[in-house]
Amino acid sequence: MNVSREDILKVASLSKLELAEAEFEVVASKFRNVLAFVEQLNEVDTTGVEEMAHPVDVHTVTRSDTLQESLDHDVALSNAPKSDGEFFLVPPVLG
Amino acid sequence: MQLEILSAVQLGAMIAKREVSCREVSKYFLDRVHQFDSIVSAMVNVFDEATVMEQADQVDSRILGGEKLSPLAGLPITIKDVLCLEGLPTTCSSKMLQNFRPPYNATSVQRLIDAGMIVLGKTNMDEFAMGSSTENSAFFPSRNPWALDRTPGGSSGGSAVTVAAGMSPLSIGSDTGGSVRQPAAFCGVCGLKPTYGLVSRFGLIAFASSLDQVGPFAHHVEDLAAVLQVIAGHDPRDSTSLNVAIPDLTSGLNAPLKGLRVGVVREHQDHPALDPEISKAVQATQKLLQSLGATIEEVHLPNSRHSVATYYVIAPCEASSNLARYEAAHYGYRARMTTEASSKSSTSGRNPLEEMMVVSRSQGLGEEVKRRIMLGTFALSAGYSDAYYKQALKVRRLIANDYQQAFQKVDVLLGPAFPTPAFRLGEKIDDPVQMYLGDQFTVEANLAGIPAMSLPAGFTRDGLPLAIQLQAPQLQEARLLNVGHQLQRAGLFEPKIAGLV
Repeated sequence: MNVSREDILKVASLSKLELAEAEFEVVASKFRNVLAFVEQLNEVDTTGVEEMAHPVDVHTVTRSDTLQESLDHDVALSNAPKSDGEFFLVPPVLG
Repeated sequence: MQLEILSAVQLGAMIAKREVSCREVSKYFLDRVHQFDSIVSAMVNVFDEATVMEQADQVDSRILGGEKLSPLAGLPITIKDVLCLEGLPTTCSSKMLQNFRPPYNATSVQRLIDAGMIVLGKTNMDEFAMGSSTENSAFFPSRNPWALDRTPGGSSGGSAVTVAAGMSPLSIGSDTGGSVRQPAAFCGVCGLKPTYGLVSRFGLIAFASSLDQVGPFAHHVEDLAAVLQVIAGHDPRDSTSLNVAIPDLTSGLNAPLKGLRVGVVREHQDHPALDPEISKAVQATQKLLQSLGATIEEVHLPNSRHSVATYYVIAPCEASSNLARYEAAHYGYRARMTTEASSKSSTSGRNPLEEMMVVSRSQGLGEEVKRRIMLGTFALSAGYSDAYYKQALKVRRLIANDYQQAFQKVDVLLGPAFPTPAFRLGEKIDDPVQMYLGDQFTVEANLAGIPAMSLPAGFTRDGLPLAIQLQAPQLQEARLLNVGHQLQRAGLFEPKIAGLV
C-alpha cells in the first residue's frame, strides 16, 4: 500500500513519538521499505488457518490471593525521574 | 596456565577440588576484560575489582567450609544488559535506561548467583535487542574479535565477544529471532536458544513476549548444558514459564548417535543468499554425523520463505505494546522540558504530561526502535490488523506446522545459522530489509518455540568463523546438546580464543 506522509505522522502520534524534520525522510523511507517487504504475506493462502499468538498452549495462571512481599516504597521510587519521596511527580495533565 | 580455553565444567571441577581458587579465576578473567575491552567494546558496565573479589572470596570460603556447591560455582559469567541485575545499571544499551538500576534480579540471573557464579558485568547489545549487529547500541558498536572491522552479530553481540575473546568462560543473552545464535556464529562460539518458556522471562526486559527466550554462550557444548541446567525451570513470577520437570541435561551428552535421524532442510540449503563456504560446512557436518551413525534425510519447510516477513510483523507488534511502558513517569529517561517545548504543547494539542512523554520517548529511543514501534503500531491499528498482524499469526501457524511435520520424520534438523560469515561494520546498517533478511534461518525457531543451537564449524579462507545450526522439537534440549557434544568430540570444531594481543 501507499503510505503517505500523513499516515506516518499519524502512526508516530499513536506511538507517542515525534519525528524531527531532519530524520523524517530517512525513517519514512525505511518504514515504507519494510512495509513493502512484509506485504508478501498477503500472497499466502491462510483460509481456515487458526492464528498462532503463542508458541505453546497457554492457560491462564492463577494463584491464591494472599499477601506477598512487594517492593518497599522508597525502592519503588528510586528510579523515578521526579518524586517527592511519596509519589511519582509528572507535569500537569490539564495544560 | 591458560584458563580461558578450558571448559567451564572442567574449570569448575578444579575450583571445587581447590586446585585453583575462585579468587584466582575471577581475577584472571577480570584482568582479561580490562585488557581487551578497549579493543572490542563488549561491556557496557563492569563491576569494580573489589566487588568481584568479595563475591569470589565468599565462594572460596563456602568451598573451604566443605559446602557442596553447583558444578559452576566460582566461575565468572557476563550478562547481556537486557537482564536485570542489582548493583549495576541495566540499560538495554538505550539512552532510555542508561541510569536505570533494577531493584531486583532477573530469575535467570538470580539462579546463576545462587549457583555461586561470579558476575563480571553487563554486555553491549542492539538497543532493546533490536538488531543483528550490535550497531544499534546507543553507546557504541562492539567489534568482532576475529576481525575488528566486522560486527560480532547481534543483538547479544557483547556476550558473544566476551566468550570469544576469553574475557569470560560463559555468558547469557536473549534470543528473540536469533540474538544468541547469530552472534555466537559470527564469533566462533556455541550458543543455545531453549524452548520457549523453559527459562523464566522474569526480569528479562521485554522485546517480543511470545518470542523472547534467555540462552547461554560458551566454548564447549557441555558448558551450555551446565548453564541451562541452572537457569531452566518453572518460575511462578513468569506466567508463560513452563511447569515441566527439567531432565538431567548432562548425563546424556555421551550417548552414541547411532540411528539418529537428521533432516537437512532443502529450502535452507538451496537459499540463494547462502555463502558457499557455509553450505560446505553444513555438508561436512552432515558427513560427520553419518560417520557417527546418523542417517540423513531431506526435509521441506515450504513456508520457510515467509518466515522473515512473519517475524518482522509479529515482533514489532509485540514490541510496540511492550515499549509503551517507557513513558518517563516511573523510571527511565525524562527529557528536560524547555520553555520552547512546553509552549509547543499548546500547538501540538498535547497536554503537558503527554508532551513530556512524547519528547522523552523521541529523545530516549533510537531510530531502529522507534521505527519498529511505529511499524507494530501500524500493523495493529484499526483497519490494518487483519491484513498484517492476524495474517502474520496465521502464517506463523503454517511455519510451526511445517516443523511439526518435519519432526515426524527426523529427530533433529541441521542447517546454516546465518547465510554469511560476519559482515562489516556499517555494511547493512542503512538498509533494514537487507539486515532483516539475514535472520532467515534463525527466526523460525522462535516462531515455532523450539530449541535451536549454533555451533562453530571451522573458518573461512579469510579466517572468519563458520557456523552450523541444529534444531529439535520443543523440550528436546537434551537431544540437541547430545548431538552437539558428539559433534564437538568428533572434531566439528576446536574451541579457539580470538587472539587480540
